[in-house]
Amino acid sequence: MSHTRRNTSLGFASGLAMLAALPAAAQDFITVASTTSTENSGLFEHILPMFQDETGIEVRVVAQGTGQALETGRRGDADVVFVHARELEQAFVADGYGVQRFDVMYNDFVLVGPGDDPAGIAGAPSAAEAIGAIAGAEAPFASRGDDSGTHVAEQNLWATAGVEPSGGWYRETGSGMGPTLNTASQMNAYALTDRGTWLSFQNRGELKILFEGDEVLFNPYGVILVNPERHPHVTAEAGQIFIDWITSATGQDAIASYTLGGEQLFFPSAN
Amino acid sequence: MDGPFGIALGLITSADAALMQIIGLSLRVTLTAVLIACVLGLPLGAGLALARFPGRAAVIVMFNALMGLPPVVAGLLVYLLLSRSGPFGDLGLLFTPTAMVIAQTLLILPIVISLTRSVVEDLWVEYREQLRSLGAGRLRAVPTLLWDGRVSLLTGVLAGFGRASAEVGAVLIVGGNIAGHTRTMTTAITLETARGSLGLAVALGIILMALTLTLNALAWGAGQWARGRLG
Amino acid sequence: MGAGTSGMRGDTISTEGTPMRALRDTGSAILPLRLDSAGFAIDGKPLLSTLTLSIAPGRRLIVMGANGAGKSLFLRLCHGLIEPTSGRRFWADGTTRPDAQAMVFQRPVLLRRSVAANLDYPLKLRGMSRGARRDAVATTLQRFGLEPLADRPARLLSGGEQQRLALARAWAMRPEVLFLDEPCSALDPSATRIIEEMIESFAAEGITIVMTTHDLGQARRLAQDVAFLHRGRLIEHGPAAPFFAGPQAPEARAFLAGDLIW
Repeated sequence: MSHTRRNTSLGFASGLAMLAALPAAAQDFITVASTTSTENSGLFEHILPMFQDETGIEVRVVAQGTGQALETGRRGDADVVFVHARELEQAFVADGYGVQRFDVMYNDFVLVGPGDDPAGIAGAPSAAEAIGAIAGAEAPFASRGDDSGTHVAEQNLWATAGVEPSGGWYRETGSGMGPTLNTASQMNAYALTDRGTWLSFQNRGELKILFEGDEVLFNPYGVILVNPERHPHVTAEAGQIFIDWITSATGQDAIASYTLGGEQLFFPSAN
Repeated sequence: MDGPFGIALGLITSADAALMQIIGLSLRVTLTAVLIACVLGLPLGAGLALARFPGRAAVIVMFNALMGLPPVVAGLLVYLLLSRSGPFGDLGLLFTPTAMVIAQTLLILPIVISLTRSVVEDLWVEYREQLRSLGAGRLRAVPTLLWDGRVSLLTGVLAGFGRASAEVGAVLIVGGNIAGHTRTMTTAITLETARGSLGLAVALGIILMALTLTLNALAWGAGQWARGRLG
Repeated sequence: MGAGTSGMRGDTISTEGTPMRALRDTGSAILPLRLDSAGFAIDGKPLLSTLTLSIAPGRRLIVMGANGAGKSLFLRLCHGLIEPTSGRRFWADGTTRPDAQAMVFQRPVLLRRSVAANLDYPLKLRGMSRGARRDAVATTLQRFGLEPLADRPARLLSGGEQQRLALARAWAMRPEVLFLDEPCSALDPSATRIIEEMIESFAAEGITIVMTTHDLGQARRLAQDVAFLHRGRLIEHGPAAPFFAGPQAPEARAFLAGDLIW
């Protein structure tokens, strides 16, 4: 019995010790709720080390869908929210969860699809007409279907085209950009994707960019400090330093300097 | 482009720093959760095997069912508890490895309890009269039975480890997959898959399986040695 | 089992051939054990009924009967593993279940530990200090020639060795009465003989023996008193010699003659 009891207390003690040792935190850090597509693009791996070198502040990015990221901000589980869904962001601030929204950058969406372009969208005069053509041809289309910024943009396009997409050709994956592209590649389907995810996406199959450039496809990013009056524990000072930096010339240059395959992904837009 | 095995080998031989960090965190989180689940679950399972009380059958069925608790549900539950807007928000544990340990402990605990109960219940049938004759009542018999059944109980512990090291739903929600902080093997695989870097994702999967296989082989060897030495 | 053994009690001497009763100042503290019309029933079905007898200290009582007569249940009732559902059981010290008793089962139940650790276990249960336990285990190992096996895993011993260990473990608990439930049925004759010799030496130290067996030869060898059970009732109880010469009950007579009785 004695060695069993000894083993038990040893186990308990070391379990507690390991628990205590685990959150080996940097002295200064902020939690930023952002989106999976932004993380997947690799932007953070490029600019955040620059920020940490300059300020000593570690940035921990929790990448979720846009809806979930804003919810994380509402709950006070993050210090800063950095997403690309302008209307939702404005509501976030209006409802008192955020202090103020600042423009940071934009990237754009592109329509990708099978190389032989069965719906013939390549020469379309506008994005709405392009997506309308897909519906008309009932060509397979993979949608994120998850209320993300990308999904919202897609829905706006359908609305402009006057189409309510439904039927076997329209597949809602309910998942992130990467998995949706995997599905599209698998099904040889069309999809709306942000350029960043596309450029770093390696499982393209026969998919290519077929339509781009329409201004409605521009995807603006905003950064918001979570309201410390709502959530007093928020690391407001360090969070504000991050916002100041990313909207400053240094931060904006850092964003512009990020390329993938030689192409710039994000375009600074802070005033 | 390298095949997945080539990528895996390259990562390991170069002792890629990010990979080492991820492997280290995965092991620390899961092994800590296994430890806590054992400390709590072994005595609870043994007690459940020996005790008799109204509703005992219902409790047993409940723990059996909880073995199938979806990891994402466990993660959601812990997330709601640890979120700043939740009851334990002031602890500031969300998006930390500690939260991941808590969520995984929740997943492993029913497995340890149920399998311990089963092993100890069988042992009790065999040992009961003799232990009582020697002067050990039910309570006193718990540590005796746990120690005597240690080789069989190891199987339950391994099952718990396997479940925790394989899951992604819980650690993703409560950990946040933060690079360098809460990114584990499984959440890293999820990320690389989402990025379309399937080769790397498969490579990580191979490494994860190799780790699990090694641990299981060691445990098997230990069990065989123990059996030979102790009967 | 040598002659002239100085028992643990410090006041017991036995010489081969002439077993002597141990002389103690106060006699046994817990015996005689008395059953007063004791019975045991499950779901209303009586498995033992109207058992009235007294088990005196220092004697070797063999309990006999056909399979299913209730011998094993009887032992468990006496030892305290089951409680009577009717009637009463009295120990001389007034307790429900005294510590100074031990039981050996047909199949030895040993822990997955070494031989020495198995001897240590019940002593630890009784709160003996570590030093005292170490001495007691060493004495026990020596007494029964188990020293070469001390660190062997108990479960890897042969059947006969395991039963020897079970008896040694019981002895180390310093019982005043030892219950044995068909201890030799699973053993070959040479192992049986070793166990019988152990039992005889226990009895020579003054330990009361209550044992069941279906082996008539063994009963004749070991019994000083005999209790005969049939269908859960005590049919006959008394000294061995007259019983074997000619029992009074017809079931007992038939049993001794080798008939099947039910």
